[in-house]
Amino acid sequence: MMANIKPKSGAHIGAKASVSHIMWQVILALMPATIFGLWLFGWPAINLFIITLLSAIFFEAVCIWLQGRAVKPVIMDGSAILTAWLLAMTLPPWAPWWVGVVGSALAIILGKQVYGGLGQNLFNPAMLARVALLISFPIELTTWANVSPLFFSNSPGLIESWHITFSGIDNLDAMTGATTLGYIKTEFSQNHLLSESLKDYSGLLNFIGWARGSLCETSVILLAAGGVWLVRQGVIQWHIPASLLLTVAIFASIFHLIDDQHYVSPMLHLSSGGLILTAFFIATDYVTSPNTATGQIVFGAGCGFLIFVIRTWGAYPEGAAFAVLLMNSATPLIDYYIRPRIYGRDRQGKPLEITKS
Amino acid sequence: MLSFFTKSRIRGGVHAEGYKELTSADKIVSGFPLPKTLYIPLQQHVGKPAEPLIRVGDKVLKGQLLAYSQGLISSPVHAPSSGIILDVNEYPAPHPSALPIRMIVLETDGKDEWVKSKIVVDPFQLTPEDISLRVGAAGIVGLGGATFPTAVKLNMGRENSIDTLIINGAECEPYLSCDDRLMQERADQIIDGVRLMLHGMESDHAVVAIEDNKPQAFYAMQTAARPYPLIKVIQIPTRYPMGWDRQLIRYVTGKEVPVGCRSSEIGVTIHNISTAHAVHNAIRKGHPLVSRVVTVSGGAVGRPMNVEIPLGTLISEVFKFCEVDPSLTARIIMGGPMMGDALPHTGLPTVKATSGVLALTESELKSTDVQPCIRCASCVTVCPAGLRPLDMANNIRMNQLDAAVDLGLKDCISCGCCSYICPSNIPLVQYFKYASGEVVARQQAQHKSEQTKRLMDDRNARMERIARQQEEEERIRLAAKAERERIKAEQAIAAAAAEAAQETLV
Repeated sequence: MMANIKPKSGAHIGAKASVSHIMWQVILALMPATIFGLWLFGWPAINLFIITLLSAIFFEAVCIWLQGRAVKPVIMDGSAILTAWLLAMTLPPWAPWWVGVVGSALAIILGKQVYGGLGQNLFNPAMLARVALLISFPIELTTWANVSPLFFSNSPGLIESWHITFSGIDNLDAMTGATTLGYIKTEFSQNHLLSESLKDYSGLLNFIGWARGSLCETSVILLAAGGVWLVRQGVIQWHIPASLLLTVAIFASIFHLIDDQHYVSPMLHLSSGGLILTAFFIATDYVTSPNTATGQIVFGAGCGFLIFVIRTWGAYPEGAAFAVLLMNSATPLIDYYIRPRIYGRDRQGKPLEITKS
Repeated sequence: MLSFFTKSRIRGGVHAEGYKELTSADKIVSGFPLPKTLYIPLQQHVGKPAEPLIRVGDKVLKGQLLAYSQGLISSPVHAPSSGIILDVNEYPAPHPSALPIRMIVLETDGKDEWVKSKIVVDPFQLTPEDISLRVGAAGIVGLGGATFPTAVKLNMGRENSIDTLIINGAECEPYLSCDDRLMQERADQIIDGVRLMLHGMESDHAVVAIEDNKPQAFYAMQTAARPYPLIKVIQIPTRYPMGWDRQLIRYVTGKEVPVGCRSSEIGVTIHNISTAHAVHNAIRKGHPLVSRVVTVSGGAVGRPMNVEIPLGTLISEVFKFCEVDPSLTARIIMGGPMMGDALPHTGLPTVKATSGVLALTESELKSTDVQPCIRCASCVTVCPAGLRPLDMANNIRMNQLDAAVDLGLKDCISCGCCSYICPSNIPLVQYFKYASGEVVARQQAQHKSEQTKRLMDDRNARMERIARQQEEEERIRLAAKAERERIKAEQAIAAAAAEAAQETLV
């Protein structure tokens, strides 16, 4: 006779993956683009990144503490860190410190904990915070620092970076400019055609990430590499990224073929880091995306379509965050209507007919 | 004509780490020391329990009938060795609850003396019905774990004219290798069993399906089947739960068994390779099912092995023989680690369904640190039945069992893929088993209350009828009384009148 062991059915052995393992793998996949972005925009970007991360951990800890639960295991699952990581990546690189703090508070408290914590939220917390920030603080959220990599002469030093982070940029015009998509939008408003406005555009530089943009979403190649690695690792499925990118490409191609002076080429659409980040890391968020393969394809296509519509006709140059939030709200509906077929039943759930040969 | 691989779709499933090499390299051990006492449950199969026909104190021989089959779906039980019947009473069942069930306790005499049986010279001269009868009388049930009486399945096969008999040699559960060893060492006997089954079902074609992680078993079976062109031996991909009968049927034939139907209704039937082996033993040697090959494995087992043991041997004796370290044992499992049940202790007997007994260490077990569901949908991806375990579990957690049933709770096969893959360690199968039990209990409770209500209504109606009858009788009685009184009064008046007349006369 042995000690009484609590009876338990079901698989007694299991795959090694755990929640924190998944979160850290996603962070690992984001690492190349993150390091590149931090290098590209120098010390002020590093300050903002650290502030955003630390405040997310702080707000998560406070929420968990208020619930009377153990704080450490929840922090260690990595979900709050990942949310803040994604948020920080999408912020303007030289944004003031409070943008990171307010953003993290919105993401963790309003975006996640009020719904009941991990796995309960309807909207992607990082995108919810991003959109709330963009609407509330449009100036700070559209001030794009020039490329000024660390150890280059135009890069602000550590002391100067504190000044930028905590009291703002002094010489705004010399230090900042517009992103490619934003520039095109402004040019359109002045009735300039694409062939004029894109004179200085270099696809290659955009592809590598040597361009103005959000903190860590300038480099298409590094983000795509991380995303493909995640798919290969089996952490995310290919359905959402593929259908999202394909939808954007298809719509962009159709309109570009119709009128190449008013509609940017599919290549320009696809070589925006924001789109790649959304396709591989944001739209694929488990909690807020559908849970069947077909549902994920519908979801990805919906995101892609909305991104294209907002970029092309909307008031904002980039629409990824809005598109993802809108599709997040459709996820329960998609999951309700698109269900896998149960073995031995038809799609309506009735038993199959007997077929005897 | 058989059409292989035309629709060879495999749905869901997981690539589980096999750990089969712990036991698959060595021969089946046959020298298991005969236990002093054997505990033989009367129910080791699906259907009604067998009915004992021996008395305490009876002397029995090995293979002698101890309890006969009762009803259409049932199976008899035989003595696993010779000895004396000590008791027929309730003892803890090899089940997670270890609740008592009826068992025959046999004290072995050490002689292991077989009962005499007549052996048929050429079983292919027997009628198919006779094959079924003999298989049934030998107490053979599905040894893959389903324990459905084999004879009943053979009869259904005859009634439905089967065009493909599938022999399941998938053995997809990790750790287990008893079927693998059996195929390597006794391929000829298994193929003979398959031929006997085909004869019993009046069918011609058989397909033996073996997962491609068992190449030696495949070659052995292929060699044994070479003289019989109608028995094909094929390799199938290694992917749990390939041995789920319906998954295998779809893979081999391309047909899907409709919900609520038996596979024989679409012209397919499926038996395990150990069952075929048992059929061979029963018909060629006249030996009923009294022993089986069991895989004893796991991190806490000093000498992991496949060993042939008499049915009714206590797990404690098996563990002693295989040098299991109790201090390392974190969980005892009967069956495989995916679908098997955790047992509370080792004082429980092995039965016909016992394909393996595992003693797993803490590090081999899945973590029980349950975290919130992150809707990763891995469970949806791996579910071979096409269910959405995460939504079902959510509904069950909120006690919305009807919603879980709508999502397909009753189509869950408890294969354990969802629990295996869940990164949040949610015991999904545990949820589903609980909910299924609860749904049945609620239906029974509802049935009971409806029954009670019906009885109450009947009683009220009856009481009303009786009251009405009594009222009626009372009314009749009163009317009769009134009538009597009226007649009396009339008579009195008549008498008075007569008297008066008389007086006038006088």
